[in-house]
Amino acid sequence: MKRRTLLASAAFAATLGTAALAQDTTKACFVYVGPIGDGGWTYQHHQGALAVKEAYGDKVEIAWQESVPEGADAERVLTQMALSGCDIIFTTSFGYMDATNSVAAKFPNIKFEHSTGYKREHPNVSTYNARFYEGRAVVGHIAGKMTQTNKIGYIASFPIPEVIMGINSYYHHAKKVNPDVELVVTWAYTWFDPAKEADAARAMLDQGVDVITAHTDSTAPLAEIAKQDGKAWGFGQASDMATFMTNDDGTPGPRVASIIDEWSPYYVKRVGALMDGTYEQVDSWAGMPEGEVVIGEMNDAIPADVKAEAQAMIDAITAGEYHPFTGPINKADGSPWLAEGETASDGDLLGMGFYIEGITAEIPN
Amino acid sequence: MDFGAINPILLVASLMVSATPILLAAIGEMVVEKSGVLNLGVEGMMITGAVVGFVVALNSGSPMLGFAAAALAAAVLSLSFGILTQYLLSNQVATGLGLTLVGLGLSALIGKPYEGMKAPSLQDLHIPLLGDIPVIGPMFFQHDIMVYVSLALVAAVWATLKYTRFGLILRAVGESHDAAHALGYKVVRIRMMAIFFGGACSGLGGAYLSLVRVPQWTEGMTAGAGWIALAIVVFASWRAGRIVVGAYLFGGITVLQLNLQAAGAQVPVALLSASPYLITIIVLVTISARGMHGAPASLGRPFHASH
Repeated sequence: MKRRTLLASAAFAATLGTAALAQDTTKACFVYVGPIGDGGWTYQHHQGALAVKEAYGDKVEIAWQESVPEGADAERVLTQMALSGCDIIFTTSFGYMDATNSVAAKFPNIKFEHSTGYKREHPNVSTYNARFYEGRAVVGHIAGKMTQTNKIGYIASFPIPEVIMGINSYYHHAKKVNPDVELVVTWAYTWFDPAKEADAARAMLDQGVDVITAHTDSTAPLAEIAKQDGKAWGFGQASDMATFMTNDDGTPGPRVASIIDEWSPYYVKRVGALMDGTYEQVDSWAGMPEGEVVIGEMNDAIPADVKAEAQAMIDAITAGEYHPFTGPINKADGSPWLAEGETASDGDLLGMGFYIEGITAEIPN
Repeated sequence: MDFGAINPILLVASLMVSATPILLAAIGEMVVEKSGVLNLGVEGMMITGAVVGFVVALNSGSPMLGFAAAALAAAVLSLSFGILTQYLLSNQVATGLGLTLVGLGLSALIGKPYEGMKAPSLQDLHIPLLGDIPVIGPMFFQHDIMVYVSLALVAAVWATLKYTRFGLILRAVGESHDAAHALGYKVVRIRMMAIFFGGACSGLGGAYLSLVRVPQWTEGMTAGAGWIALAIVVFASWRAGRIVVGAYLFGGITVLQLNLQAAGAQVPVALLSASPYLITIIVLVTISARGMHGAPASLGRPFHASH
């Protein structure tokens, strides 16, 4: 009995201790699906985390955990983070959706922010995403102009709306400038497996594809493209991947541009809001205008006029004058989707489960 | 559906490259298991080989030096497993899993400054005469040297186990360490040698990933290849020849399904990806139904002379 009382009071004291500490500094925690060193998706999220630290200095404490598998493990990691005094937890992969919501139910005083998901089952869960399809539109345009074989490739991860949206945007804008273009999609069924990503790139290159964009996290596809002696091109994904900007011999090289996920503005804003008490539940979906989707430097492998066109598109999207999904666009089965001049609604995009007209493959179940 | 877009020559060529890392790791692990030791740390040794090979190749400019260093580093790491399990009699399963965790952490630490860099490339050999044969040449005889090293290694292991006295002793230790000990063989010493060899092979496999297949260092880049190597040993029912079949099957199906997809074929991707594992289970059920599973009798059992 005595021991139990002791334990209870110790636990009580510990709770008090954390509560007192929490008032001094705000603790922002991050859960990553891959290693920070992936050079892509997770790396960029971590840059955002570091930006939070940079912005608020001693007033904020950051913590993170890398390579957390999606599924049951995620729930355990989240619970542990919640117990360790995190005030706000960012879960940075689609597959953490259910774990985030179920842990959020148990810790109503802690804010949860889930990236790329759509479930907000509790008032303390917010979701945030970036309009990557805006970036895909720009690289699609470049791909359509640069392909010599008229075959462009897309290394896809999982058949979810996020990825399908990217495929459609990429193809739509390639097709616009090159009516003969054909799209090849390979599903890797992984976010991060450098060997498999390289194999997927090679399979497409072997079949005559010469411009590839990836929806997976590592730089392996670019390394594979680099072996083609300047006959094929690719794009940095999630991160700038500037190492591949030039070949070993100094010629401009396999990475001609990149789509950069810039999470810093959002992370700094949200942690700031939490600190000054203006925090509210949101469903954020920002893009180029807010600086969350950025096109990395275009190298000299891209002809000057194509570069100018791409820049014009970036400017138009940033200014809010152009929506990458502007009709007329039909679905793959030929039925109309968007009429002339009509733009896609966010709801349509977030639930996207179809290809647009011209893509011959089918979406796997 | 358009299978015509798949070039069988390029398909076989990329299959051989894709299968080489797991082939190297699997043949090493098979020798370890033949001696009666179960080392579940293949993944950890592979990734250690991957990072050390990359770092040494990058700094020296020589991929071959990278491979040598990778083999040595992974073998030294495997010795820590050997000392713990063979001399201190720790549990092999737990120690092997620990080795994987150590390898993953250690490699991340060593590799931090090398992320995003490019490795010096290993030139493809063009074997005279054989390489000039149409179709067969580009399929089999225009690869880099490590592809042939891996196959030569399998042949050497097979011949050693089957025809040499040392092979016989190694198998005896794996089948019944008490009997081997009674005959005067140094059970622990032989097992340490096998563990060392297995580590070296895993290291080569890892370095092949970071120097040839992906040519760069990325944290966690083996992504489960070590576990596939372990599965292949079981699939092969501890026979060297079948290790090649298993490794090429696993590597081949990955490459084939990606090629089928790129060709626009409607394939059940998830099913194809799972098929090597399904085949492994079928093989296991079949061989155990026939009453001979082929596993060394002393596999995973600790040995001490006083017991």
